[in-house]
Amino acid sequence: MQLIFPIAIPLATAILGLFAWRWRTVQRGLGVAGAVALLIAALELLKSVWQQGPQATWIGNWPAPFGITLIADLLSAIMVVLAAVIGLAVALYALAHIDPAREAFGYYPLLHILLMGVCGAFLTGDLFNLYVWFEVMLMASFVLLALGGERAQLEGAIKYVTLNLMASAFFLTAVGLLYGVVGTLNMADVALKIRPLASSGITRSIAFLLLTAFGIKAAIFPLFFWLPASYHTPPVAVSAVFAGLLTKVGVYALLRVFTLIFPDDGRTIPTVILALSAFTMLTGVLGAVAQGEFRRILSFHIISQIGYMILGLGLFTTAGLAGSIFYIIHHIIVKTNLFLVSGLAHAVHGSFDLSRLGGLYRTHPGLAVLFLIPALSLAGLPPLSGFFAKLLLVRAGLHAEQWGIVAVALGVSLLTLLSMMKIWAEVFWKPKEDDPPAEDSLALPVFPVAECTGMMSRLGFWSSAGLAILTVMIGLGADLVLAFAEAAAEQLRNPDLYISTMQRGRP
Amino acid sequence: MELLLAVVIGSLYATGLYMLLRRSVVKLIIGLGLLSNGSNLLIFTMGRLVRGRPPIVPEGESSVPPPFADPLPQALILTAIVISFGVLAFALVLIHRAYQKVGTDDLDDLKTTDT
Repeated sequence: MQLIFPIAIPLATAILGLFAWRWRTVQRGLGVAGAVALLIAALELLKSVWQQGPQATWIGNWPAPFGITLIADLLSAIMVVLAAVIGLAVALYALAHIDPAREAFGYYPLLHILLMGVCGAFLTGDLFNLYVWFEVMLMASFVLLALGGERAQLEGAIKYVTLNLMASAFFLTAVGLLYGVVGTLNMADVALKIRPLASSGITRSIAFLLLTAFGIKAAIFPLFFWLPASYHTPPVAVSAVFAGLLTKVGVYALLRVFTLIFPDDGRTIPTVILALSAFTMLTGVLGAVAQGEFRRILSFHIISQIGYMILGLGLFTTAGLAGSIFYIIHHIIVKTNLFLVSGLAHAVHGSFDLSRLGGLYRTHPGLAVLFLIPALSLAGLPPLSGFFAKLLLVRAGLHAEQWGIVAVALGVSLLTLLSMMKIWAEVFWKPKEDDPPAEDSLALPVFPVAECTGMMSRLGFWSSAGLAILTVMIGLGADLVLAFAEAAAEQLRNPDLYISTMQRGRP
Repeated sequence: MELLLAVVIGSLYATGLYMLLRRSVVKLIIGLGLLSNGSNLLIFTMGRLVRGRPPIVPEGESSVPPPFADPLPQALILTAIVISFGVLAFALVLIHRAYQKVGTDDLDDLKTTDT
């Protein structure tokens, strides 16, 4: 029953928000209240999954392989909590920083529909249902991305929409083939029925179709081109939630499908994923080095970080998967926070261009600290969360004797540090030029700033500070987070528990 | 019949992908439509084509004797059709708005946000 709430609460919030279309104050209140309720429901879910093992709900009481099952193991529950945390942080940030026009056209209801899609994708136990949640999430993200209708946004949206729809078509193709082979789409049931066919050609084809489809959504090499073309175009209140959650749904789907349905398979798939992970890390970080715009640098770093997240899946050991899960926990919070900081810097100087920013350390030291915490965490400096995430992955890599990938991971984290230092030097350290050169305004949308004063305008700062505190806490309490990550990885490696949870609904 | 459908599905995928690679935005949308129709037909075919055997349990028995027409793929396709209808409607509005804003339907001119 608990599993319904993370889906029902955002849905209810969105519907109520649509009823309150004309009353922006009501929408704002609902937006935040819904996010708080979602966080409470998510934490309750995590608590019961941690104490009692995986939970399942059979929608409409249809027994397992026939109806749609919602199922939450530890990984799903952790992801739902993270989605709720990001939802709350971004909703608070948006109170101060989203412009009135976007707010009037339904920013908050859309945000909650997006959260519903994300939570649904994390909780579903059925492959076709996963496709449906993907579409719910995509539809909301399409509208959020294009909301405002600036030229750059529309251009970015065309690429984003096209490539994501193509991914959906591939996913649907794989689902169709899979149904033809095993005659079921319930993930646990598929996992059981596909075991005797594990090495047949059609199974391989399905596995690679799914890898392509989820790879596009997760933005892995060489399928990431939609991401840097679109993520920097909408306002920060939109791109921060995209950066934190959307690609991670793809990563989650990869983790789920390749541990549950196609585990190991003579190591072909893990080897391919490992190679993809190395290229993803490298191309992402090298792309970032070439950029001179705050959010574009961050967008390329998302790609690079996705490489780390699938590294553990490529190693396919419990330690590696635990590292991946730890990395996802760390990354979602840190990356959203960096986008929020870029928005705060934009609010001060009205630009995202590094050459037009500057001097923020002198004028806004608090903001500088807020940037340093997630930036150093992203690069992996102790004692912040990124250090432990990378340590776990590197240790797992050494243990599996994959020296090459370990070298790439360490090299990329140095380049990440370089990139973060570039932002630090340009935005915070160097003195601000008084007379900025005329910018070519084509690629750089200028957003009207929301009308707000006093306490409200500080909300963006405090939501970012809250995420920074979380980053430090994950670093200091790494033991506890690691215990969660390891238990989740253990459940992924031994899918029998997941399968038997699903089967409890058998007639 | 399966063979015919396989050929149709293959052509739909091929045409769809070809259209996606064209420079015109309108052809891009047509390509997406063809691609999603291709995958819908694929699901339909993968559910096995059985003619004249509705999945209705006969009197006095507890299950349907095979072969029977599988209703599940059709339910899946119905869902997928509704979704792709909504998404394509959105995509059409999007390219219309982009055309109004940018004044071109050539994808090569829509690359100011690329890097």
